[in-house]
Amino acid sequence: MKRRDFLAGTAATGTVLASGLATQASAAEPLKVGFIYLGVPGDGGWTYEHEQARLKMVKHFGNKIETKVIQNVPEGADAERSITQLCLAGCKLIFTTSFGYMDPTINVAKKFPNVKFEMCTGYKDAPNVSNYGGRFYQGRAVIGNIAGHMTKTNKIGYIATFPIPEVVRGINSAFLYARKVNPKAEMKVVWVNTWFDPPKEADAAQALIDSGVDVLMQHTDSTAAMAKAKDAGILAFGQDSDMMQYAPKPRISSIMDNWAPYYIQRAQDVMDGKWTAKDSWLGIDTGIVQVGEISSAVPAAVKADAMALHDRIKAGTEHVFTGPLNKQDGSAWLKAGETASDGALLGMNFYVEGMTGKLPS
Amino acid sequence: MLTLEKRPNPSRAWAIVTPILAVILTMIAGGLMFAVLGKDPVEAIRTIFWDPLFNAQFASYSRPQLLVKAGPLVLIAVGLSFGFRASIWNIGAEGQYIMGAIAAMGVALAFYPTNYWFVFPLMVLAGAFGGWAWAMIPAFLKNRYGTNEILVSLMLVYVAENIESWMAFGPMRNPQGMGFPGSRNLQQYPAAHNSELIAGTGLHWGVVTAGLAVIIGYVLLKRHIFGFNIQVAGQAPRAARFAGVDPKRLFSLCMGLSGACAGLAGMFEVAGPAGQITDSFNVGYGFTAIIVAYLGRLHPIGILLAGLLMALTYIGGEIAQLSLNLPAAAIQAFQGMLLFFLLGVDVLSNYRIRIKRRAQA
Repeated sequence: MKRRDFLAGTAATGTVLASGLATQASAAEPLKVGFIYLGVPGDGGWTYEHEQARLKMVKHFGNKIETKVIQNVPEGADAERSITQLCLAGCKLIFTTSFGYMDPTINVAKKFPNVKFEMCTGYKDAPNVSNYGGRFYQGRAVIGNIAGHMTKTNKIGYIATFPIPEVVRGINSAFLYARKVNPKAEMKVVWVNTWFDPPKEADAAQALIDSGVDVLMQHTDSTAAMAKAKDAGILAFGQDSDMMQYAPKPRISSIMDNWAPYYIQRAQDVMDGKWTAKDSWLGIDTGIVQVGEISSAVPAAVKADAMALHDRIKAGTEHVFTGPLNKQDGSAWLKAGETASDGALLGMNFYVEGMTGKLPS
Repeated sequence: MLTLEKRPNPSRAWAIVTPILAVILTMIAGGLMFAVLGKDPVEAIRTIFWDPLFNAQFASYSRPQLLVKAGPLVLIAVGLSFGFRASIWNIGAEGQYIMGAIAAMGVALAFYPTNYWFVFPLMVLAGAFGGWAWAMIPAFLKNRYGTNEILVSLMLVYVAENIESWMAFGPMRNPQGMGFPGSRNLQQYPAAHNSELIAGTGLHWGVVTAGLAVIIGYVLLKRHIFGFNIQVAGQAPRAARFAGVDPKRLFSLCMGLSGACAGLAGMFEVAGPAGQITDSFNVGYGFTAIIVAYLGRLHPIGILLAGLLMALTYIGGEIAQLSLNLPAAAIQAFQGMLLFFLLGVDVLSNYRIRIKRRAQA
């Protein structure tokens, strides 16, 4: 069988299925919204924040909405099945909340043209697929600024997950802003190749502490590194959620994801018939990316400087990646006054000048 | 007082009754758990076992998906069952599955984007070879140096996972992937795509191969000297040696066979439902297949049924999550109960329960 025919065949069955469901739904029925989670809400990080947003959405709309969740969905073949089942269950809007769901989401979207999809941190477009993500690098600039001020050993530790643009961008952003306030600041990066693995995160934290780091940042989800920082008496930042239980020390601030405003807006758009596919990359100004309260362990002057930076980014008067900037190998990247395009940021796969260590490829 | 008395021979009648008994016990215990969680137990159990097969909304999609999910489980489990009968413990099917997929992907990428007819057959050979070669490492070490194949094959799973991760981030990374990890998606490369053979049935070459494996496995086991040899080798190694069975040769054969089956399963998965090598490509089929092999009592037909049952609990579990808001952990606990009871009541086919009066002291 030719692939073309195969696609046409499945697309046709999908349309029949989808239109069959559409006739079932009457105006009085609540809007069904589906969610696919990579983990369980108890991870305290990534999935937890999506779950919080879902709960806020339910609270906001009351009985005008009905949500359906499938947890622990591995990226790949299983995701395609889970997303399809949400479509079959009558969901009209589906949030797929991890990068690895991108190809499955696109595949299912072809079969269900009447269902709207919201793909978190993806980049492939389709008429019924929107991509959304947070400009977390903006938040990382603010905590980079605090880290640069606070380090005494001039060594900042960074527990990194995977060498993908999202993570590389965060490291570069934090490093640039630490350097701006502390020209001697160095960034030490450990790659753990996981988003969530408390023992590994703790090991990485210990290795960084042993090498003289006195401020710790992380892109991983758990609080394991935070506990190590507490034992060692150094400073650290919360990730994804606030991790307030470690304030005021070691947790001096945090970077948080708050998806609720976006989720509520998109569900409202579907209800009003105004939903269109678009790519949204949402920053500090939208409330999606939040910098957690800066604790009392940080001197007032440092706090004021960090908040001023936060407000400039929020107002749009300062772009985090503004030239002149060179790549790590010394080659020119941005001319003076030039700001990085979103396309360049989304594909960022190099360190900026001044970073030590090699980016794994 | 209850005592267990070993039966001279395993009871045939009980061997058939115990799986049914186990399912009933699981329904009772699982129903209690669902009731404690505040869900209607009858509805929950109906959703898991009935809806994937007969619910009008889901069945037309989920019935074929049962085959897609059971295919790799059955194929790997049949391969493993031969070795297990001969007391050859290949625990590393997961690693062989990964290596088969990587070898097949290597072939596909080498020929990309040509459309020669032989690309797919060559990938099949490469997949089988990849799994076979990975399984021959513990076989060689055992035959040559007497190492323990359980440990070596298991440890090689972690090596394979790291190779997989390296491939996804390094040599096999999609050059058009915006810097994100993961290979090209073979679903978009017709010559290499393991697509559905008949649209809407879920049948792909991997499912067909799993079916063939069941038939060939049955013939080998019941009608061929090879099946006789492994049974004897498992039950009476000395007798087998007198009968002219070379234990080293048998060991290599069983390891190689199970490795090739696992490699094939990986190949069909990466070329079809999964599409890509990513760092999360393997989702545990190689380990679950060990359970499936034992649930099926190491018999090809039993393995086929066990594989379908496992697939049913996965897919029914997802439907239960989305339609009853059951958490993923409850579904996993339910699956665990099923295995627990299946293995637990197994005692009845090997032992007889006797009620004895306690002797007066």
